[in-house]
Amino acid sequence: MVSAMEIYQLLPREACKECGYTSCMALAVALLNREKKLEDCPSLLNPKYLEKFKKLKELLAPLEKASETGLIIHPEKCFGCGNCVVACPVNVAAEPTRCAVGLGPQGDRVILAVEDGVVKCMNIKECKRFGPNRVLCNACTVTCPSQAIEFV
Amino acid sequence: MVVCTGCSLLCEDIELVLKDGTISQAKNLCRKGHAHFQALFIERTRPMIDGREVSLDQAISKAAEILKSAKSPLFYGWSNSTLEAQAAGIDLARRLGATIDDTSSFCQGILMELVLTGKVPTCTLDDVRNFADTSVFWGADPSNSHPRHLSRFAYYPRGEKRQKSYEEERICIAVDVRKSATARLCSNYYFRVPPGQDAEFIESILAVLDGKIPRFGDKKRMIELGTVLRKTEYGVIFPGLGMVYSLQEKMDLLVRLVAKLNEITTFMVLPMVDHYNMRGFNQLLLDETGFINRVSFQGGTTVHGPEQSVMAAAKSCDAALVIGSDPLSALPFGTARALAKTSLIAIDPRRSLTTDAAKVVIPSAMYGLEAGGTSLRLDGVKIEFEPFFKSELLSDEQILAKIKEAI
Repeated sequence: MVSAMEIYQLLPREACKECGYTSCMALAVALLNREKKLEDCPSLLNPKYLEKFKKLKELLAPLEKASETGLIIHPEKCFGCGNCVVACPVNVAAEPTRCAVGLGPQGDRVILAVEDGVVKCMNIKECKRFGPNRVLCNACTVTCPSQAIEFV
Repeated sequence: MVVCTGCSLLCEDIELVLKDGTISQAKNLCRKGHAHFQALFIERTRPMIDGREVSLDQAISKAAEILKSAKSPLFYGWSNSTLEAQAAGIDLARRLGATIDDTSSFCQGILMELVLTGKVPTCTLDDVRNFADTSVFWGADPSNSHPRHLSRFAYYPRGEKRQKSYEEERICIAVDVRKSATARLCSNYYFRVPPGQDAEFIESILAVLDGKIPRFGDKKRMIELGTVLRKTEYGVIFPGLGMVYSLQEKMDLLVRLVAKLNEITTFMVLPMVDHYNMRGFNQLLLDETGFINRVSFQGGTTVHGPEQSVMAAAKSCDAALVIGSDPLSALPFGTARALAKTSLIAIDPRRSLTTDAAKVVIPSAMYGLEAGGTSLRLDGVKIEFEPFFKSELLSDEQILAKIKEAI
């Protein structure tokens, strides 16, 4: 997944502050968190940075698919093994007699569930990564054998 | 709730929604199981004789005629049938004096024999979930072969004595020739063994456990592995085909390793059986004859040996009944060619290379969806299942009963 440093290196790095941030690094982080758009950087629209603009567009394209928590699921890579479903602390708390002991969830309070052979994300607001006071939990990504789940 | 017959885990928590004759939604079904059930709707077999479509009764009476006139028939397959169908198959083989063998013959047979005859200790998957703190996947990649193995039993679920599960209380070790999808989850505990050198690897572990310096592999890593195994409270080794093919005749080394580990702590063995009821057939045949596979009932006596294996019997038989298996794709070319030349009868729900080459094709119902029955999970626990929807197709045991009646 793309990092803030990769974005920063493609920005103009002129420190014009026209985007509202004090440095290009701050803008890079805001771009990664999808709080700002590339068009918010006026210097980048200068024709001499056209090449960098195109590269940045390409680099940030996968982020558009990400959910509000930054979760990206690649269904073509998923085995449907359910490791993430069982490991997710929110799922375990929601269904202690099922998800916690390895069974698939029955209710609709869970975040992750396997449907039609691939993992699906729901109730995104329950995720520990949701909102400004988020916790950087990564139980679902570290337990994935095929890197089908990742966070921005 | 439906039981998935896609692999030997026989997951019982599957929820399906049937709409317009197809499965519109499948909850908790892994990718392998989903593909297994979706395949129900494509390439189904029809009753055929010599490539010509006939009625089911005609196909069954032709099959009965072939088997009746055969001098040394071979019955092969069985791992994708229920215990009821397997029992009917063994009974029919006994009556006809046939040779009967299943997929374990060239698969996990050697190891399964050790497990079923009690030469190595074994446990159930529920014990694994409740008590195991170390799981060793040796020559097996459950993430691909049994996708829900780690999440349902071996590593991620919370158990009676393993409430902190993979976060603190469980260790997963992978021993494989390559960094498989499962090995990626084992982080520091992946041990690479070059193909065919599992025996040396076992000898090294034995040396470490005896306090000697290992000759094979990275000494520091081997000592680290020995320490982890010593500290284990309840360990389980899951040997896959990789280990079985590598060890072959040296399987006593595994017995020695497990015995040595059990002197120090508790260690169990659970073979990673692939087909959903291979263990069931092995258990049934063992109870009836004392052998797990490769049995001939010719002349009213029970003979067991390499000549009764599918590899040898395919070349000497004059008719073959293949049920729920595709040996023409899976077996070596010589055996497949010999099988294709005999009067082949195939009982299968779906089209395969074997049904294409068969003289008689009898369509059967798919277990789990169209037919119910009983099966043994990979740990020997009996799982019963009901059909999800009604079908006009006959199940394997009904077909075998009709063949028996016709004979």
